[in-house]
Amino acid sequence: MDVHFLGAWMEESARVVHEQRDRLTRLDAAIGDADHGANLDRGFTAIREALAGSSPAAPGPLLTLAGTTLIKKVGGASGPLYGSSLRQMGKALGDAGTVTLADLSSALDVALETVRRLGGAEVGDKTMVDALAPACAALKQAVADGLKPPEALALAAEAAAQGAEDTVSMQARKGRASYLGPRSIGHQDPGATSTALIIRALRDVSAC
Amino acid sequence: MVGIVLVSHSLALALEVANLARALTAEKPAVFATGGAEDGSLGTSIDRLRTAVAAADQGDGVIILADIGSSVLTAKLLVEDLCADHIVLADAPLVEGAVAAAVMAGAGAPLPDVLAAAEQARTTGKL
Repeated sequence: MDVHFLGAWMEESARVVHEQRDRLTRLDAAIGDADHGANLDRGFTAIREALAGSSPAAPGPLLTLAGTTLIKKVGGASGPLYGSSLRQMGKALGDAGTVTLADLSSALDVALETVRRLGGAEVGDKTMVDALAPACAALKQAVADGLKPPEALALAAEAAAQGAEDTVSMQARKGRASYLGPRSIGHQDPGATSTALIIRALRDVSAC
Repeated sequence: MVGIVLVSHSLALALEVANLARALTAEKPAVFATGGAEDGSLGTSIDRLRTAVAAADQGDGVIILADIGSSVLTAKLLVEDLCADHIVLADAPLVEGAVAAAVMAGAGAPLPDVLAAAEQARTTGKL
C-alpha cells in the first residue's frame, strides 16, 4: 500500500463523512452536542484541501499532515482525538514509500493507544474506542492468518461496525453523554459510528 | 510569576473567569483567557491556545485550566506536544481552580504549589 492508497482512504473518508454528516449529527443530538457531523465534515474537507495543496511523498507524512490538519481545524473533541490518532499513525509508519498490512495494523494499534491515552476511555465506555478496539483486534488476527488486504480490512470494518452497534446498549462514561447516566442507553455513540465509517472507507479503497 | 491560561469553549466565559480571578487577588497575576474554535464558534482552537500559553510564559511556568471536552483534550494534546516541564494542565474546575491558581500565583508561589492549589479546588466541598 502506497501514498495513493492512503490518500484514497482520506478521500473516501471525507466523502462518506460528508454523506453521513446529518446522521452523525442526529446521533450526536440525542446524547451529545449535535456537532459531530459538521465538525468531522469540516475537518475532512480541510484534509482534502491540505493533501491537494502539498502532495505528501509517502503514507506516513500523508497521515501526519491529515492528523495535524484535523487538530488545527476541528474545534470539537473529534479534532484532537482523530487528529492525534492519524498523526501518531503517520509517525508510526515513518517515511517508508510502501506499507504492508502488518504495518497498517500496527499503526492502527498506535491510533487506538493514542485515543485511549488522550481521552482516557476504555472499551465499554461508549466512545470511538468501542469501534476502534475490535477493528484493531480483527486486523491483527487477519494479519496473523495471512489474509490479503481486502479480506483483512473487510473483517476490520465488520468488527468496527459491530462495535459501533454494540454501543447502543452501553451507558456513556466519557464526554457530554456521560452526564445523562442511564439515559444515554439506547443510543448509538456518534464517535464509534464515525470510526466505523472511516474503517469501512479503508475497506472500500482496498477493494478497488 | 507563574502564568495562568484559561481555556473555555466560549471566549467570553474564559475572559470573565479571568476577570473574576484577577479581581479576587491583590497582586495581579498574569491570567490569560482563550477560547472558541478557529472560526470563533463554540469550541477549541489549538493555535489560539498555543498563542495564549506563549504569552503567559514568563519563565516561571504556565498552568492551564480548561472547561470540558475538547478544551481539555486540546490542552492535554498541546502540553504533550510542547513537552516542557514548566507547562502543565490542571485537573481542576475552571472557576474555582482559576481563583485558587491566581491567588497562589499572585503570592509568588512556584508552579507545583500553584498547581496543587488549583487541583485542591476539585475536591474541596462548597457546603
